Amino acid sequence: MKQQLEEIKKSVEAQLASVQSIESLEEIRIKYLGKKGELTSILKGMGSLSAEERPVIGALANEIREFLSGEIDKKKAEMAKVIQEAKLKAEVIDISMPGKKSEIGNLHPLTKVLNEFKDAVIGMGFQIAEGPEVETDYYNFEALNIPKNHPARDTQDSFYVEDNIVLRTQTSPMQIRVMENTKPPIRIISPGRVYRSDAVDATHSPIFHQIEGLVVDKGITMADLKGTLETLIRSIYGENAKCRFRPHHFPFTEPSVETDVCCFSCGGKGCSVCKGEGWIEILGGGMVHPKVLAGCGIDPEVYSGFAFGIGLERLVMGRYDINDIRLFFENDVRFLKQF
Amino acid sequence: MKVPMSWFNDYTDISGITPKEYNEALTMTGSKVETIENMGEDIKNVVCGKILEITEHPDSDHMVICQVDVGDETLQIVTGAPNVKVGQIVPVAKNDSYLPGGVHIKTGKLRGVESCGMLCSHEELGLTEADLSWEPEYGILILPEDTQVGMDIKDFFHLNEDVVEFEITSNRPDCFSVIGLARETAATFKRPFGVKKPEFSENSENIADTISVTVENPDKCLRYCARMVKNVKIGPSPDWMVHRLKAAGIRSINNIVDITNYILLEYGQPMHAFDLRHLDGGKIIVRDAADGEVIKTLDEQDRTLNSNDLVIADASKAVAIAGVMGGFNSEIEDDTDTVIFESATFDAVSVRLTAQKAGLRTEASSRYEKGLDPNNTVPAIERACQLVEELGCGEIVGGMLDVKGNIKEPTVLKFRPEKINAFLGIDISKEEMAEYLRAIEFIVDLDKMEITAPSFRPDIEAEADIAEEIARFYGYNKIPTTLISGEATKGFYSPMQIFRKNLSAALTAQGMNEIFTFTFTGPDEFDKLNLPDGSTFRNVVKIRNPLGEDTSIMRTTMLASMLRTLSYNYNRKNEAASLFEISKVYLPTEAGKLPNEPEKLAIGMYGKEIDFFDIKGVLEAAFDSLNMKGVEWKQLTDCPSLHPGRAAALYKDGSKIGIVGEAHPDVCKNFDIDIPCYVAEIDIAGSFKCVDNNIKYKALPKFPAAERDIAVLVDKTVAVGDLEATMIKASGSLLESIKLFDVYEGDRIPEGKKSVAFAISFRAVDRSLTSEEVNKVFNKIVKDLQYKNNAQLR
Repeated sequence: MKQQLEEIKKSVEAQLASVQSIESLEEIRIKYLGKKGELTSILKGMGSLSAEERPVIGALANEIREFLSGEIDKKKAEMAKVIQEAKLKAEVIDISMPGKKSEIGNLHPLTKVLNEFKDAVIGMGFQIAEGPEVETDYYNFEALNIPKNHPARDTQDSFYVEDNIVLRTQTSPMQIRVMENTKPPIRIISPGRVYRSDAVDATHSPIFHQIEGLVVDKGITMADLKGTLETLIRSIYGENAKCRFRPHHFPFTEPSVETDVCCFSCGGKGCSVCKGEGWIEILGGGMVHPKVLAGCGIDPEVYSGFAFGIGLERLVMGRYDINDIRLFFENDVRFLKQF
Repeated sequence: MKVPMSWFNDYTDISGITPKEYNEALTMTGSKVETIENMGEDIKNVVCGKILEITEHPDSDHMVICQVDVGDETLQIVTGAPNVKVGQIVPVAKNDSYLPGGVHIKTGKLRGVESCGMLCSHEELGLTEADLSWEPEYGILILPEDTQVGMDIKDFFHLNEDVVEFEITSNRPDCFSVIGLARETAATFKRPFGVKKPEFSENSENIADTISVTVENPDKCLRYCARMVKNVKIGPSPDWMVHRLKAAGIRSINNIVDITNYILLEYGQPMHAFDLRHLDGGKIIVRDAADGEVIKTLDEQDRTLNSNDLVIADASKAVAIAGVMGGFNSEIEDDTDTVIFESATFDAVSVRLTAQKAGLRTEASSRYEKGLDPNNTVPAIERACQLVEELGCGEIVGGMLDVKGNIKEPTVLKFRPEKINAFLGIDISKEEMAEYLRAIEFIVDLDKMEITAPSFRPDIEAEADIAEEIARFYGYNKIPTTLISGEATKGFYSPMQIFRKNLSAALTAQGMNEIFTFTFTGPDEFDKLNLPDGSTFRNVVKIRNPLGEDTSIMRTTMLASMLRTLSYNYNRKNEAASLFEISKVYLPTEAGKLPNEPEKLAIGMYGKEIDFFDIKGVLEAAFDSLNMKGVEWKQLTDCPSLHPGRAAALYKDGSKIGIVGEAHPDVCKNFDIDIPCYVAEIDIAGSFKCVDNNIKYKALPKFPAAERDIAVLVDKTVAVGDLEATMIKASGSLLESIKLFDVYEGDRIPEGKKSVAFAISFRAVDRSLTSEEVNKVFNKIVKDLQYKNNAQLR
């Protein structure tokens, strides 16, 4: 009986070596290991064995059965793998064909850059203030230390609605509105539309956008103004952006500053973008004028602050190499989809 | 303000400073340099040469061979010019020379004869006839006989000069002068600075014997100085003066007028010269103009004045508009014999208003309106006298008339160095601060700790102004950069700001592109929108001084801006456009009050297979994404801008929050669009109110849903929304969802009817539904549809 078992094992091993299909493999399994299979019938005949032989042969039969069953499974897995590989090979596709893309719209480039700016200042503890575009002469000029008949009004040709109502020429009136209604510490930006009576051309638009910034607290210094502006400029133009601060004049800040960024086109050597200067002016600012603070009921002996204003269009034009401001307001979809 | 750089050497020393260094340094101390141009930059190696000999060219009948003395050598030069003669002095471009336009001249052969350069015409030197004091002949430029041979042509024409153009801010009237800028230059480079007191001799007569000065309005005329020059010889000014004026952008007229313009540039003090013959009664009266008084100004225009304008008058008439322009009637003429010089200070606002009203912005008025220094009038008029003497163009009559009006006291401020250090975020000594201030002529008293600002600095009013002066000479770029200290503040977006951001995100996710449009428009756009005459949209905020009719009013609806943008894209052959904008409209309130500026969302779409349900879908998806609840859609038939059968109004709790629909075909036509397009205008504040922030998790279903389809036949006019409402009401708590999957009219459907099919899903949270339960609800739905909507089950 032992010999019979060994022969079955050999015979199965030999057949497995040459088997071609999963179907023949199944036949082998049934023939030897099935309910009526050869190995099973041998096991059925174990009753004729002596009590000593029975466990020995039984153990051997089970061992062979398990061994063969394992071999058949192994073989089966191998064959299945070959079949699957052939199938996968046949299923090859041309991945260079276009994807099934669902169209996603774009935010306007002005919004995109403004959002980055907002996110940067919010991280620095700023909030975003909003206010009217049709504004009183008081907020737009007078409270900002630009009395009637001040020459500084010349540079901001205003659209008038009534004698004392203008389309705001700057976002700076928001400084006053915020200071009148908020106790320091104040940290806000206020982006928005502004209006100046300029005819439309490649670099001028009667409607454009500014971002106003205002910080008021005890002990605010000009060094803080520089630090804040430098951080913001880096967040927009990259960590390696170089900037310089030079004296200027605005009626509502003292000292006043204009900030230039090293020309991103030529790196400071001088080119057509920077008109040979190597620097591009991007913002104006300064320490809030004590008269302006006092006018809003904030004691300039106790508090100090700084303010700044940035032209959004110029920022975005520099960022994306846009050479004509009119593109922003024409809204050609071929333009809008580029950002 | 343009200044030839060498002029600064009259008051300080700029030797060894390159234009580039000068540009950077002055810009960094606050006198922004726009450009520095070298007038003769393009010309190199061109000298004045004398023609010694002319011989014929062996191989040419129109060329000649010249031997030219250029000082250190004699050059042979071949020329084709018709006008050369022996003995003439001419410009000679030597070997390896450059002319404007990048022309490079080298020794070469002309028809076999060596030519070591070129003789030049004035055009070849980049000059025009206006640059010459004589009429040039056709051909080579012939220079005056006494011209020094060998002299660089740039020296002859004063071309070797760097001219600096400054951007001067309105708070610094002192910098509208060469002396003021020289002071800034000296302080910037830490070099000496000084202005010599003008010296001249006067005759024994006294001006007071001839004329008198009366100031009737001392608030508007702060100081009036007059001096008299007799035996005047009107003639041309010397070269150096013509050149300096020209470099600064002022044309030479005659010696007396040039002197007043020279003082304007040098001292920043406008001056005027009257011809005494035309001053009736020997009187100068500074008075308010009479209402309706007319004066013809130097530009020969009649100007009508009123009592707010200040004039200079004689006994009978106005002879000048104070600080703006002189009168035609008292101008200097070629035979003028006696001149009265005026050097005065007028009130800034008064001059500004008069100049503005007359539309006359002159060199004088633009300085006066910034506020000039009354103490500058005397040195300026004395310098004018010195120049008269130097130019030999008249005899200065003894004495000066000097009438002072109401002059402001100098500003004295407390000096608090520690406060300034703290304000700027620096730490420097009071001595260093004093040094910076003294360099620009502030008086610093370190015992009393007081600072007196010079009278030419009306902008200095407070400590912050002093801080700026210190900061700019210490160097803005040396101030450290620090982060804001003090109480921390929390940065965040307001709920409304988050709402807008999320709304934009929901729209872009659906392929919509954001646009930015102008907020002003023209009244004709209301016509284009089909709005009737009495429409409330036509009640607008008007701009008094618009750029044009089409930008003259603030918009009250965003539909026109959106349609204009759709049209722009359609007419540029863009196949499709899906656009949105979140912006404002401007609604008038009452006179003297600011308008309301509510925010709106505008949407616009056109393109292949786009219909009403696309724009509706965009809105519904956006509302879902923002968790907006309770928006009702109602058919809108009476909006004149929209298709009466394809429009809806949106409501929340009974108030209208927007409209959406297909643009009326007439409106499309008015905007030059000949395909259907779809627009919406939704109120942002109204939408914001729909947001349900109370989001609570609902357990995911554990039991299966039961699905049933239903198809009914109804009248064509029955709204699907009404059928849905009936089904929702009929099904109670077991209903999970209803989805429309087919609407059909036509074949096998009776005339006037349509077939509508829905997939309904039922589910209970706590059990599997039995078919009896589902059938019961389903039957109720069928019954109610039949009863309420006259719907027949198909």
